[in-house]
Amino acid sequence: MSDTEKGLVGIVLVSHSAAVAASVVELATGLAGGGTLAPVSPAGGTLDGGLGTSADLIAAAAASVDRGAGVAVLTDLGSAVLTVKALLAEGDELPEGTRLVDAPFVEGAVAAVVTASAGADLAAVEAAAAEAYTYRKV
Amino acid sequence: MLDADFFRRWMTVTTASVDREAERLTDLDSPIGDADHGRNLQRGFAAVSAALEKDAPDTPGAVLTLAGRQLISTVGGASGPLYGTLLRRTGKALGDAAEVSDEQFADALRTGVDAVMALGGAAPGDKTMIDALVPAVDALAESFDAAKTAAEEGAVATTPLQARKGRASYLGERSIGHQDPGATSSALLIAALVEAAGE
Repeated sequence: MSDTEKGLVGIVLVSHSAAVAASVVELATGLAGGGTLAPVSPAGGTLDGGLGTSADLIAAAAASVDRGAGVAVLTDLGSAVLTVKALLAEGDELPEGTRLVDAPFVEGAVAAVVTASAGADLAAVEAAAAEAYTYRKV
Repeated sequence: MLDADFFRRWMTVTTASVDREAERLTDLDSPIGDADHGRNLQRGFAAVSAALEKDAPDTPGAVLTLAGRQLISTVGGASGPLYGTLLRRTGKALGDAAEVSDEQFADALRTGVDAVMALGGAAPGDKTMIDALVPAVDALAESFDAAKTAAEEGAVATTPLQARKGRASYLGERSIGHQDPGATSSALLIAALVEAAGE
C-alpha cells in the first residue's frame, strides 16, 4: 500500500458481470480525478468467468482494499446483495468494519469513490453513496 | 437420535437428487428465472459432498455448518446464500452435540428457515423456497414423511401464486402458472431426510 492510501475507506463493487464491475471501477476512479485515490476493487461474476456472484471474489476484493478504515461494498442486485449479506452475517468472512451500502450501483460508486478519496470516514462514504438515490434525472 | 452420519447421508442424498432433478429445476427456472437453478445447485451440492468427504466433520452441527459454507461459496446464484444460510444457521443452532433428537433438529431447522426469511425478506405466499420450507418445518414434529409431503404440497401450491421476490417478481402476473424452482428444490432437500433416515 502507498502511504497516501493509508487510512482511506476501501470500496468494493460487486456485479453479476465481471465486465460491469471492472467498468464501473474504471468510471468511478476516472471521475474521482487526480490526486489520492481510495482503494477500489471489482468483484464481478463467478470464479469461472460466468454471470453470477462469487463469495470468494468478494472476500478477496474486500481484503485487498482494507486499510483499517472500513470497507464499503456496493452491489447490483439479487444474489450479489444476498451473498454480501450472508458473508456479513458470518462475522469472520469480511474485514472488520465492512458494510453493505444501500445505493444505486453506478451513481453510488462514483459518490463513494470521490468521498473516500477525499479522506472521509465510512459513515460519510455510506451517506454520500446512499444520497445518490435522491438524484432524479427527470 | 440423529448423529453426524445421518446428516452426512442427508447431504449425500440431496446431492444425488439435485443431480437427478437438475434438468427439471433448470426447466422450471427458464420461464420465470434465469435458467440456472439446477446447474447452480448441482455445482453447490457437489462441493458440499466433496468437502464432507475431505474434512469428515463429526457432529451434526459441524456437518451442516460446513455444508452451508460450501453453498455460499460455490453456487454463484441467489440460492447459494439462501441455502447456505439455511444449513449454516441450522448447524449453528445444533451446537456441538454428538447426537440430536428429532425435536432439537426441528427447532434448529426452524431457526434456519427464519434466517432465510430475514436474509431474503420473503414471507409465505411470495412464491419462494419459503413456501415449501415453512410447511415442512411445521410438519417435522410429526415425522420426516409428513414434512416431505408438506414440502411437496407447498411447492406445487406455488404454481398459481404471483412472485414477489427475486427475478421472477419482475414478471408480475406472468409469473403466475409456473411452479417455483426454489420451492421445488427445497422439497427435494426435505424429501432427502426420509431417505437418509431409512438407510
